Amino acid sequence: MTSTSPRFEQGQSNPLLALRPRRVEAGLLVTVGVVVVVAYGLASFGTSEAIPADLGPFLLWMLGLGLLVHVAVRRWASAADPVLVPVALLLNGLGYVVITRLDGGLAALQSTWTAVGVGVFVATLLFVPRVRILESYRYLLGLSGLGLLVLPLVPGFGREINGARIWASVGPINFQPGEFAKLALAAFFAAYLVDSRDVLRTRLELRDLAPIGAAWAGSLGVMILERDLGSSLLFFALFVVVLWVASERWIVLAVGGGLFAAGALLSWQFFDHVQTRVDIWLDPFADPKGDGFQIVEASFALADGGLTGRGLGQGEPGRIPFVETDFIFAAIGEELGMAGSAAVLMAFLILVGSGLRIALRAHRVFDKLFALGLTTLLGVQAFVIIGGVLRVVPLTGITLPFVSYGGSSLVANYALLALLVRLSHEQRTAEMT
Amino acid sequence: MNRRIRRLGIVFALLFVMLFVQLNRVQFFGAERLQEDVNNTRGLIREFGRPRGPIVTADGVLLARSLPYDGSVDFVRDYPEGDLYAHIVGYQSLNVAATGLERAYNDELAGVPVEQQFLSFGDLFADRDTTATIRLSIRHDVQEAARSALGAQLGSVVALDPRTGEIIAMWTYPSFDPNVLADPDGFAANAAFAELRADPNDPLLAKAYREIFFPGSTFKLVTAAAGMESGLIDATEPVFGERDSYEPIPAGASIGNFGGSTCGGDLVEILRVSCNTAFAEMGAEWVGSAGMIETAEAFGFNTTLNIDLPSSALSRFPTEYGERLADVDFYRGSDGNEAAGSLLPNGSVSIHEDSARLAQTAIGQNDVAATPLQMALVAAAIANEGKVMTPHVVVELEAADGSTYEEIEPEISRIAMRPSTAATLAEAMRVVANEGTARNLLIEGLDIGGKTGTAQLGTDPPNSHAWIVGFAGLPGEEPSLAFAVIVEAQEGASEQTGGRVAAPIARAVIEVVFGAS
Repeated sequence: MTSTSPRFEQGQSNPLLALRPRRVEAGLLVTVGVVVVVAYGLASFGTSEAIPADLGPFLLWMLGLGLLVHVAVRRWASAADPVLVPVALLLNGLGYVVITRLDGGLAALQSTWTAVGVGVFVATLLFVPRVRILESYRYLLGLSGLGLLVLPLVPGFGREINGARIWASVGPINFQPGEFAKLALAAFFAAYLVDSRDVLRTRLELRDLAPIGAAWAGSLGVMILERDLGSSLLFFALFVVVLWVASERWIVLAVGGGLFAAGALLSWQFFDHVQTRVDIWLDPFADPKGDGFQIVEASFALADGGLTGRGLGQGEPGRIPFVETDFIFAAIGEELGMAGSAAVLMAFLILVGSGLRIALRAHRVFDKLFALGLTTLLGVQAFVIIGGVLRVVPLTGITLPFVSYGGSSLVANYALLALLVRLSHEQRTAEMT
Repeated sequence: MNRRIRRLGIVFALLFVMLFVQLNRVQFFGAERLQEDVNNTRGLIREFGRPRGPIVTADGVLLARSLPYDGSVDFVRDYPEGDLYAHIVGYQSLNVAATGLERAYNDELAGVPVEQQFLSFGDLFADRDTTATIRLSIRHDVQEAARSALGAQLGSVVALDPRTGEIIAMWTYPSFDPNVLADPDGFAANAAFAELRADPNDPLLAKAYREIFFPGSTFKLVTAAAGMESGLIDATEPVFGERDSYEPIPAGASIGNFGGSTCGGDLVEILRVSCNTAFAEMGAEWVGSAGMIETAEAFGFNTTLNIDLPSSALSRFPTEYGERLADVDFYRGSDGNEAAGSLLPNGSVSIHEDSARLAQTAIGQNDVAATPLQMALVAAAIANEGKVMTPHVVVELEAADGSTYEEIEPEISRIAMRPSTAATLAEAMRVVANEGTARNLLIEGLDIGGKTGTAQLGTDPPNSHAWIVGFAGLPGEEPSLAFAVIVEAQEGASEQTGGRVAAPIARAVIEVVFGAS
């Protein structure tokens, strides 16, 4: 036990949730399973007016994955928050249903990625029995995070797809190393700040802010060299938030915000693709058939959805370019209406809330900062892409965690989920003893 | 640290509230505006994603259907009869705004109305074809006869049942092939549309009900009705003086007769020879502006026709004749212009500054303009005891199983004149057909009445619209057909008259309607 675990910080929790978390989780998982299987059937009925032939196998597949996750959590993280896993599976299942309805070929791949993701989830629980293991490998993690980040730039490994150089090929496998880099960097930042936190809190000198500068430069580098606005924003937000909480100093936010504004202004000045994104954000209807087409069609799709949606399989989400990945939120809004899109927002809010609660109640500084970092990654990523689709912020092409099509994103987010579950388990067992 | 984490929680909550607020704006409050955006083709794509009901003629000929299409849309509209019904059926196109019945009956064809969706309780659960079949009153053989009789002359033919207002044929030349506009290939459709728009003869315009023309002498039927409704004129009294020109009061250009001839006589006689001078006098000095306006409007002028097709044109009769100068007594007798001092005044009429204009409108000139359909309705009212029936082309909406959703019942639109006036005028029109300018209409064994018109447009080069309006029926029965034919001005056709150019076209249509030959 460290000094940062005053009892009064823990708040009162529902005794049922605390005592029988696995039973609650099982109930939620069954509910999620029913919702997803029914949605799967309806989507098939909506597109082809037939109950899908593979509804039975799909049901078994869902049950199998759910059971596997549940058993793994029961076995290796029995005290963990019972809400995290069902909500993530709901998002994953909903995304899968929509991807199936959009593109059967992608759906087959996505089901494979889901299985791999669940496998990684179980493996993470198994091989990370305590998060403090990660704390001790801090520099290895930091280096590998950096390595993964620059891997797409290495000749021979890197691939450029759709204008962004964020892909790497190792043998037959193509993946986005940045998705995994963010986890390693979150662990590294947390561990690094455990060490320097006391220094930062007592006196903050210019040279102590150098790491922010380094992170800023790194983010800009990612944006310039890999043309990946979304990830760039994500890394910078991660670092500033974790540093701010660790140092407990507002100046970090001020400097971070200032640097962000400067970076945004610079990239707007010097990069056409950033300017285009901003122009589209300000007025997509200026060029509705060209640059603005994607966002305009997404708005039309959401408007068509209205409150209750057109029904699964009954809309025209296929008109939106990249609807399976960046714009899957618009497809959900079109076919499930605001009822469905608001449910997705709620699901992310629940995940963020659970993550922050873990950070709040964690007893060790590293656990706190790590949980905080992981939650920030999840929340900021969801906000940035949904906000991009809804035109709250300029669009940056990143995936909607658990929902979008994409192997790297799905697998990495399952690892993230497993780490949050692990942190939650440790925090709760510490409280019970 | 925990205070910071809580604050971060608040920040996240605020960010998600922002998303939720924007979600409301896009999906609820602003949804209608987005759905109506010009760039939004989702509604159209939905419409083209399912078949529409067919449109058929009274005798069962298929005019419009949905065919499966392999491309940007799932179904495409097909018009097997090509240009023949383009002005009635219109078209539904992904690229050009719909017209005709495709527009007017869009919801019924698509199966939108609630009464089409739920015929019975079982429809709540069963997936049934809810689109309606639209059955028209148009007879395919008559429509074809109208097209072939008019040939390659600019003009229109309208035939309808005066008793019900059901339109039996309605054809305008030139027409167009709606299939090229229904082509889902936007490039082809837009190019075809641009070409049709550029054509000076405007084939896209259904001139039979969407364009107005000077009615010329056919309008004398309206003037005659106004005269009889005024109570001053009947079939034999008065006798209008024989003369070759009419001098308007208080002043204005004199009005002459066709070819400078001299004419006059009772109502039947002046209709038979289409005497301009007598009708100019009747309108200006006997009926007056108020009576002329009243009767013209009773026939449907100055009101948009309530036909079941979109964008019909307004037939107009002028209502402004300047300031009233005086009520003048007229010594009406055997020779109108030179009032004999010995006669007593036998009526007075208001003279306006521009009464000369009234004299011109009385013979269908000046600013009088009517659609061919409106002129057919004038003849129809005379044949139908003075009643104008609401004109329509749709008679029935049928469900896929043949049952009827809706039948369109005949409906009186307005009363144009008393039955006795109508009977007298009908009798006069029979005389015109048997002994007058409309002799080319006559068919053995049929009861036919008519009135010709030659609306002069200019003298250099000389050109004019040739008209014929009239009715036909079996002897001893109420007339079952009213018609109007216009052959539009063609350069060099200086002496075309309604009787010579338009009457044979009407005659060909009558022959097909009654199966005569």
